Amino acid sequence: MTFIVAKDLEKSYQVGEVMVTALKGVSFTIETSSFVSFIGPSGSGKTTLLNLIGCLDKPTSGSLTIGDTDIRSFNRRQSANFRGHSIGFIFQDFNLLPVLTVYENIEYPLLMVQNTPAAERKKRVTELLEAVGMSSQSSKYPDQISGGQKQRVAVARALVTNPKLVLADEPTANLDHETAYRVLELMKKMRDELQTTFIFSTHDQKIVGEAEILYTLEDGKLISRQVKGEAHHA
Amino acid sequence: MLKILQIALRNLLRYKRRTLLTASLITVGVVFVLLFMSVSGSFKNMMVGQITDSMLGHLQVHRKGYVASIDNLPLTLNMKAKAVHRLQEILDRQPEIEASSPRIKFGAMFSNYTETSNVRLNGVVPEKEFATVPLLSSRITEGRKTLKRGEILVPALLSKGMKVKVDDTVVIIATNKDGSVNGRQFVVAGILDGITGPGGRDGYLHFDDAVELLRMEEAEVSEIAIRLKNFDSLHSFSSRLEGIVAGEMNKENKPLFEIHTWEKLSPFFNISKMIDLMTLSIKLMLTMIVLISITNVMIMAVYERIREIGTIAAIGTLPGKILSMFVVEGFLLGVFGAIIGGLVAMALVKIVNIAHLTFDFGQQKDLLLVAQLHPKDLLFISITVIVVSVIASLYPAVKASRMDPIQALRHV
Ligand SMILES: Nc1ncnc2c1ncn2[C@@H]1O[C@H](COP(=O)(O)OP(=O)(O)O)[C@@H](O)[C@H]1O
Ligand SMILES: [Mg+2]
Repeated sequence: MTFIVAKDLEKSYQVGEVMVTALKGVSFTIETSSFVSFIGPSGSGKTTLLNLIGCLDKPTSGSLTIGDTDIRSFNRRQSANFRGHSIGFIFQDFNLLPVLTVYENIEYPLLMVQNTPAAERKKRVTELLEAVGMSSQSSKYPDQISGGQKQRVAVARALVTNPKLVLADEPTANLDHETAYRVLELMKKMRDELQTTFIFSTHDQKIVGEAEILYTLEDGKLISRQVKGEAHHA
Repeated sequence: MLKILQIALRNLLRYKRRTLLTASLITVGVVFVLLFMSVSGSFKNMMVGQITDSMLGHLQVHRKGYVASIDNLPLTLNMKAKAVHRLQEILDRQPEIEASSPRIKFGAMFSNYTETSNVRLNGVVPEKEFATVPLLSSRITEGRKTLKRGEILVPALLSKGMKVKVDDTVVIIATNKDGSVNGRQFVVAGILDGITGPGGRDGYLHFDDAVELLRMEEAEVSEIAIRLKNFDSLHSFSSRLEGIVAGEMNKENKPLFEIHTWEKLSPFFNISKMIDLMTLSIKLMLTMIVLISITNVMIMAVYERIREIGTIAAIGTLPGKILSMFVVEGFLLGVFGAIIGGLVAMALVKIVNIAHLTFDFGQQKDLLLVAQLHPKDLLFISITVIVVSVIASLYPAVKASRMDPIQALRHV
């Protein structure tokens, strides 16, 4: 089932006197529950594209729909609501809140964004802690756990609200290869369990193999689309 | 909301030293203001007490127009016997009044048989006068603390200048309102310490002696001094009494009486006003301290947490919640400062009182400084500090809540 449709997406930034065009007419479709990666060198427009899909930014031109919703029409508040209810975010620097424990970090979106009742929160957080293998560390603070563990917590935080889509901008850039590989395995496992659509970006050739659909970006343009594995065809 | 409080608290604890510094700055400010208020407030109350209780009374009633020319002690502007009678009836009906004292004020010549000088005198009914201005007897430094007929209380300055001692005989010569002169002998009953302010160097004699000396057919009264049971009700009582006596008219249908509270009669009121003004400016300074220090620390907090703000904004936290996180943080800082400051101030006030500090005011020596911290003031200052803290954190909090998540996340 088609989930995301992007047509002729352009995004330009005004930098002083000059216009920098980060995306130059990007079109693609992404199916529900797929595991998609955008790969490309630094500056190729990966973050810009993920920001557009993540309703953090608006395209200069072109159209973008996520699950039949045209996200260009959103105002600030609608964008925030859409992000809070439909999208999970995983960041390159993990971005856990340092004053919250592992448990509380995972609970945050349920408590502070979705106002989920306490019993439901507890159930969800416990499930996710279990799923990412962090149950034993739940009362530790982020500065007491390793990078890989932090990213596991971040994966749990992104998934705790059961979003339709998880966006991860270079989620493994700050991890060693072994750990990066495990985090991707975890993401894939969660996709299999929850049927969530995962989109991540990377410039690391070594982990590219983990993606099932691979888009290559270069200088703001999509230059190739590769499909691996068997389950997902465009 | 509980979570927001918890997050704010943990963020404060995260920068312990800075939090401590800001909270202690507020604490010091609060302590300073409260201490100043309690000491200056008690000082003021004591001064006011000295003035009202040893001379003026809490308020006074005169015939309309008397106070405007009070320096001349005009006998022609005394209240007539009938008016005094009516006024006394009115006053007797007021339950707030503890005591009242009619006075005949006049200027006279004072002679010790070799020299003559001017003196301002009050003819008073001793029991009433001592009840209305209870500290008067403490001003009598030599002689008897009573006043019988034929006796006079001589102000200290005059007694020194004229070399008059207790039990000496002196002559008082007065001109009555018709211009005829009359003299009488008096025995000095006591020497009266002078105090600052008008009337502070007046002598006292018996009401009936004054009536005789001035050859009044019926007793005419210059003023009636009033002491209330509760000083705090002064203004409400005074305006109520004004309303009541406003109905009392003379033959030309003009108001008969005028009422003045002690403030309008004593220049000390200006000093008291100045103390109030100083208190106000110190309060304003505290407000500024709180405003600036909280704004400063919250701006720092926002700046340091830009990426965190970007993160929570990106994952869908609404601006209002981000705003409240920072406002609650400022609020907590204010609460800490107010509570610790209040406690320290209470302790210091206790210490001041235990230390038994004394001071002099005019002729009065060794007045005990009693610092008093009113719960009302404590509450007012605490609430002010907390409200100002919230206001001070609003600007940084609004900035945080309006941050663009992309820019915030890009921030290093
Ligand atoms: N907010 C911005 N303002 C100006 N230029 C930007 C901004 N964001 C990205 N760019 C520019 O757009 C281009 C693509 O950037 P980005 O999407 O971050 O690439 P990537 O994530 O692949 O490294 C770069 O040239 C970058 O300098
Ligand atoms: Mg990037």
